[in-house]
Amino acid sequence: MIHSLFLINYTGDIFLEKHWKSVINRSVCDYFFEAKEKALEPENVPPILQTPHHYLINIYRGKLFFLAVIQTEVPPLFVIEFLHKVADTLQDYFGDCSEGVIKDNLVTVYEILEEMLDNGFPLATESNVLQEMIRPPTILRSVVNTLTGGSNVGDTLPTGQLSNIPWRRAGVKYTNNEAYFDVIEEIDAILDKSGSTVFAEIQGVIEACVRLTGMPDLTLSFMNPRLLDDVSFHPCVRFKRWESERVLSFIPPDGNFTLMTYHVSSQNLVAIPVYVKQNISFMETGSCGRLDITIGPKQTMGKTVEGLLVTIHMPKAVLSANLTATQGNYTYDLATKVLVWDVGKLNPQKLPNLRGSLSVQSGAPKPEENPSLNIDMKIQQLAISGLKVNRLDMYGEKYKPFKGVKYLTRAGKFQCVLMFTKSVLGSLVPGGLTHPTEGEPCIRADLDGGRLSFPHRLLHGLH
Amino acid sequence: MTAMQKLLQLPVSAVNMVKTVQSQVQGHEEDKSPVLTPDGGQQTWYSALRPDELRHLRSGSSSAGGGGGGGCGGDGGRDQEERAPLEEGGGGNGSSQSQPLRHDDLKEMLDSNKDSLKLEAMKRIVAMIARGKNASDLFPAVVKNVACKNIEVKKLVYVYLVRYAEEQQDLALLSISTFQRGLKDPNQLIRASALRVLSSIRVTIIVPIMMLAIKEAASDMSPYVRKTAAHAIPKLYSLDPDQKDQLIEVIEKLLADKTTLVAGSVVMAFEEVCPERIDLIHKNYRKLCNLLIDVEEWGQVVIINMLTRYARTQFLNPNINESLLEEGGSGDKTFYGSDGNDDDDEDEEDKEKKAEAAALAKRKPYVMDPDHRLLLRNTKPLLQSRNAAVVMAVAQLYFHLAPKAEVGVIAKALVRLLRSHSEVQYVVLQNVATMTIKRRGMFEPYLKSFYIRSTDPTQIKILKLEVLTNLANETNISTILREFQTYIKSVDKDFVAATIQAIGRCATNIGEVRDTCLNGLVQLLSNRDELVVAESVVVIKKLLQMQPEKHSDIIKHMAKLTDNIQVPMARASILWLIGEYCEHVPKIAPDVLRKMAKSFTNEEDIVKLQILNLAAKLYLTNSKQTKLLTQYVLNLAKYDQNYDIRDRARFIRQLIVPTEKSGALSKYAKKLFLALKPAPVLESPFKDRDHFQLGSLSHLLNAKAGGYQELPDWPEAAPDPSVRNVEVPEWTKCSSREKRKEKKVEKPFYSDSEGESGPTESADSESYSSSGSDSASASAESGSGSQSEESEDASDSEEEEEEEDKKKVWKKEFKKLAQGSESEQSSESDERKRARKSKQQKSESESETDGDEESDSESSQSESDDSESEVDVKNKKAVQSKAPSKPVIKETKKEKKEMSLLDLDDFEPAPSPQVTPVNSFLSSSLVTDLEGLSLSDSVLSPAAISPSGTQKCYELLHRISGEGLSVEYCFSRQPFGPDANMVAVQMHFANSAATDAKNLHMEDVKLQSGMRVTDFPEIELLPAGETTTAVMGIDFCDSTQAANFQLCTHSRKFFVSIQPPVGELMKPVFMTENEFKKEQGQLMGMNEITEKLTLDVKCRNEHAIVQRVSAAANLSRVPCGSDKECRFAGRTVSGGSLVLVTVATEEDGSARLTLNCEKMVIGTMLVKDVLLALTQ
Repeated sequence: MIHSLFLINYTGDIFLEKHWKSVINRSVCDYFFEAKEKALEPENVPPILQTPHHYLINIYRGKLFFLAVIQTEVPPLFVIEFLHKVADTLQDYFGDCSEGVIKDNLVTVYEILEEMLDNGFPLATESNVLQEMIRPPTILRSVVNTLTGGSNVGDTLPTGQLSNIPWRRAGVKYTNNEAYFDVIEEIDAILDKSGSTVFAEIQGVIEACVRLTGMPDLTLSFMNPRLLDDVSFHPCVRFKRWESERVLSFIPPDGNFTLMTYHVSSQNLVAIPVYVKQNISFMETGSCGRLDITIGPKQTMGKTVEGLLVTIHMPKAVLSANLTATQGNYTYDLATKVLVWDVGKLNPQKLPNLRGSLSVQSGAPKPEENPSLNIDMKIQQLAISGLKVNRLDMYGEKYKPFKGVKYLTRAGKFQCVLMFTKSVLGSLVPGGLTHPTEGEPCIRADLDGGRLSFPHRLLHGLH
Repeated sequence: MTAMQKLLQLPVSAVNMVKTVQSQVQGHEEDKSPVLTPDGGQQTWYSALRPDELRHLRSGSSSAGGGGGGGCGGDGGRDQEERAPLEEGGGGNGSSQSQPLRHDDLKEMLDSNKDSLKLEAMKRIVAMIARGKNASDLFPAVVKNVACKNIEVKKLVYVYLVRYAEEQQDLALLSISTFQRGLKDPNQLIRASALRVLSSIRVTIIVPIMMLAIKEAASDMSPYVRKTAAHAIPKLYSLDPDQKDQLIEVIEKLLADKTTLVAGSVVMAFEEVCPERIDLIHKNYRKLCNLLIDVEEWGQVVIINMLTRYARTQFLNPNINESLLEEGGSGDKTFYGSDGNDDDDEDEEDKEKKAEAAALAKRKPYVMDPDHRLLLRNTKPLLQSRNAAVVMAVAQLYFHLAPKAEVGVIAKALVRLLRSHSEVQYVVLQNVATMTIKRRGMFEPYLKSFYIRSTDPTQIKILKLEVLTNLANETNISTILREFQTYIKSVDKDFVAATIQAIGRCATNIGEVRDTCLNGLVQLLSNRDELVVAESVVVIKKLLQMQPEKHSDIIKHMAKLTDNIQVPMARASILWLIGEYCEHVPKIAPDVLRKMAKSFTNEEDIVKLQILNLAAKLYLTNSKQTKLLTQYVLNLAKYDQNYDIRDRARFIRQLIVPTEKSGALSKYAKKLFLALKPAPVLESPFKDRDHFQLGSLSHLLNAKAGGYQELPDWPEAAPDPSVRNVEVPEWTKCSSREKRKEKKVEKPFYSDSEGESGPTESADSESYSSSGSDSASASAESGSGSQSEESEDASDSEEEEEEEDKKKVWKKEFKKLAQGSESEQSSESDERKRARKSKQQKSESESETDGDEESDSESSQSESDDSESEVDVKNKKAVQSKAPSKPVIKETKKEKKEMSLLDLDDFEPAPSPQVTPVNSFLSSSLVTDLEGLSLSDSVLSPAAISPSGTQKCYELLHRISGEGLSVEYCFSRQPFGPDANMVAVQMHFANSAATDAKNLHMEDVKLQSGMRVTDFPEIELLPAGETTTAVMGIDFCDSTQAANFQLCTHSRKFFVSIQPPVGELMKPVFMTENEFKKEQGQLMGMNEITEKLTLDVKCRNEHAIVQRVSAAANLSRVPCGSDKECRFAGRTVSGGSLVLVTVATEEDGSARLTLNCEKMVIGTMLVKDVLLALTQ
């Protein structure tokens, strides 16, 4: 199983090492540094590397590499999931998982790692249990600790491991009993040039913050649970009740946790809240191009779209942009060739528009790559899939808790494909079309039917 | 501590603070020199730390100056704690003089009797360890504190001990007694932690102590201590492998533990110490399955992986029947060459064996071991786990163990993981890529989830591309190519190159789009990016090799490119192409050589080699024009700097230019150079990776990692399942089950001789009674999950019924003991139906196998029919309806053309709708109604040609998985009324549960794009014990893709899928001989497939051939002048493409099968099916 762990920062310094079996020299990381050098981008470092005597499995989180060294066969996902669990735990403890924070709490981090694995096999990974053994630092406690010379190490022994409910610590007490649930949905979508949907799905997550005394047994039910296409649960959720009644029945962990994640995929269920009209072109000769982008609301269910942010990765040849935005402001980063347009709130009466000219490196040929346009946004108080929490019941305890549900929709990987040049592979698709024109989103469905003929009217659809 | 005490302690820490600050100031100055001297890897370490150090220094001094007041003190205190390690970090690697000094400081603190000072010192030491600094010289000072009362100090001392005990063995022994005391502590957590640390001290001397401690802890009252004991086992094993035997005893004991806390850890220990001792699992198997859902996530992963291996050794392959019977189903795969070789080899090697097995399979449907089912059922909910490793573990378990129809459930969960972190995506995609090669249909509905985003890392993009390519088939290829088209314009050039290769692979795999792909790639040749062009050239070269004669214009186009393209690999590829196919471009080739000769000296080596190649080939084919050029090139090459090129030139000259010296070889020069080169196979790099257990590290690396446990092959016969019974099994039980197993195997061989069947039956009936009671007792014993009991019971009782049924059938058919069997049979309607069904199957198989005896047995049967009672008449009906048909066929044969022509004319175009549904399925009352009709109506006679009687039934839902509801389907070969493009599928529902099934309907239909389904009308009520039928229509789009849907009752949903054999995708069409010839003439070349075969011994007459072909495919016979030839015609149901089959027989039993069809895929698969039907 997991032999050793190295934490490595962005520049390639090892700032923490922990060995669960015998010590492995940190020179083993040289193989990793080599791969990192080769990959250029940290995201492109292969997660699994083979060295003559070891296997290195790494993850990249918050500008840090977590590098696990293993020696024998082990499911790679097992290690990857564990490393993410470590990162999550640290985040849980210190509110952030960065180099500075870890260095500031080195001893606590080391103790946490010691508890999480025994001989390379996970021992206590539930944060409720860990927090009982090693208390997270708080301002108050650090004051007290200084005065008393105490530390964050718990002085009473944990009991959590021994209860039947490994994820909840015993003896929880609160004066204010409250349970909050955030239903957060992200829309992943790929839109084509005309704005019709190539692919769309909703990824939802229910984050819970439960501070309840004793051993409450909660039941959360939805108005429309059939919407959910695919779900995954925190281990506390009783799967059988979900199977038979479609309700979430669980004894919650104490504090913050992710109750469930779900997935809504049927295309017609996914409402796309905004549309993008864009036109970008470059002159065949000369060194300029034009850009014109308009964003408008589509299916917002009467709510306002906020925090609208458009990011465009321009072709390398684009030197600068001279644009005017009717709303918000834009920046163009010359080094990374990224155009960012911060729109803010979307006003349906006056649609925000960004237009102007682009100057292209003179003498450079007309760019051929597709710029991609990514959209970021937020809609408060709306779950775009229409999911609604019906009620929350508590059993097993006498008091009346305060309950709350919040909804939020935001863009996940929301991407528009921009096309400004004639298709290079025009005849690759039978019929010679590259993309359907506006207003005819059904073409894709036609194609799916496997019939290789095209409606004739589409043959004019080339741009 | 009270607040008062805390305040009292303040001065101490304040003093301490000042002290450390001072020392740090010194330390910092000292540190300066090592920072400046270059000191290997540590150099960067310092520089990275410097700013921090300074910051701490500043804040530290300010707090010291402030006098360490309340709030300020807090700040300073924390600083102090952080500062210490930094300072030590410096000291540990700094100048050697400063080191002892500062460690003295720490030692002093450790020796003090103040816990706070000790704690402070320990923290600084642990921080040193965390940074990888050496703190070993503090060992004596630290180890003294192991008995410290303060639990915080103790913990840190433990941390230190575990780290350094190995290096300081003698001193470490001093601490052992403390742990031994700890092992006896009343607090379970102290016991556990003592064991944990004791076992982590890697000192060989204490092995006996550890062994003792582990043994004791394994029988501790507290499950937490037992868990720690399980963790300690592999530690001890790695320290001293000689302890293995003793450790296995402990493992055995812990495996029997019933708490979820222990299960994961002990299985982990099992995997590390004795994975080969699979026998230890038997008794715990059911318990592990039932506990699984409550085990913590990490334990689940380990247990599932282990159980996968276990199941592979203990159960039978659930897909064994499908793979034998539905050869057509796997046919599409073989067409694409993904695993064609394997299949072919297998075919030849075990043909006989398979035939036997197939015969066996027909009679004896595979029944899943209830334990196997238990595992599948109990792991399924874990697909919903939040932990990707658990989901992957379940996915691989299903992939390796589940019946084909059920594997699909994992796809959705795996697709969900694609939303996770990119590392998770990376691993999941690798596994999906392997799965898509074997089970493409599984992921096809999720095609779009594999679309690539511009923000994906390159390695993810390339893996997704791989999956998309694997998923490509003729129905979705246009969508995929459209996607590829956008990818080609990506900025990421590695990705673009991979995309071009993917297009190439799609083109080789899917013949329909080869030309379009080729054209697209040719257009890419004018791309501005040279890398794109080069990659395209390489791919085009591979594609052209498949059918060069068609594409001389592309070769010409590429010849022109030599002027512009500079990438050596691309130039070399073009030259090779021109050389290889110089006959197709006779005018251009010499000209290219002329140009190349000019630039020869400036070319790269690989290009030069290809120029030589081109010259040699041209010299051989067109020596008149190119003789001088070739000489020139060879001369240039003779003086080249590269010896490889010089060698090649010398070799070629000797070979092609005949001189006196050149030996006999030059005669063969043409053969050597212009031999037909096989087209390269563009294969997925993930092919054959599935021999590694999916989800494993070895699979990912495609190489065996250390400690990898091979996934064993399925056993030929299942080992004794009773070993898993928890209580001591009585010997009778084992023996009865074994007996039954034997019987199952041998039964088919007995079926012909009645003499032998007698004794077996009697033996059977004995064993039934005992096994029946056994199974009841076994289920009572298991007692863990009520479901498992049920299933066990169900399967047992079902087996019994089947056996009984068969018994009866034999009696009736062979012994004609009408009276006796009657009395036995008057039990249940359900049983009767079964009897009828199995009997019919029997009679079918009989008629197929012993064609000569047919008439005899039939006549005797019809005689005996009279004597039989009414029930029997009903049961025999199906046989009878077929019986008269056969003599008629024989007549038609004797009377030759005229008669048969007439018959076929009347009958074939519109087969009478009443006849075909009369399968084994109709309820008995309906059968009696139809009886008179079928017996009297002579029009029915040609029914043998459209063989309603020989239709195969496929299982849609087994009784056990359907909880009493069983569903079978067959292709009724009738036009589906509402939609002519649909294939009619007749479903037969039987409810053998104790309760009524209500609202049977379909839901959640998952189809390949383009496919459509017309649901069967909802069945409101199916009372217990009743059966019913329904017809649904499916437009398969002329592919053998399965239609997946959920079959819903009022309470349950079942995932089911219908996959058509290719022969059912067509409808018969009538045509005359002339029409047939005309159509055949238009479907020549690529649309024609010819196979030579040797007919099966029993299949050498025309009648048998007709029967077998029409059993394999829904085609109608076309009249033919010669009796050596049988012709059949049909159209695909959905696309209406013509399918023409000709079987021409020779005297000696060999025959030639010709198939003409414009849909190549259909054609290839059908040829396979027909071949199989005729040769077996």
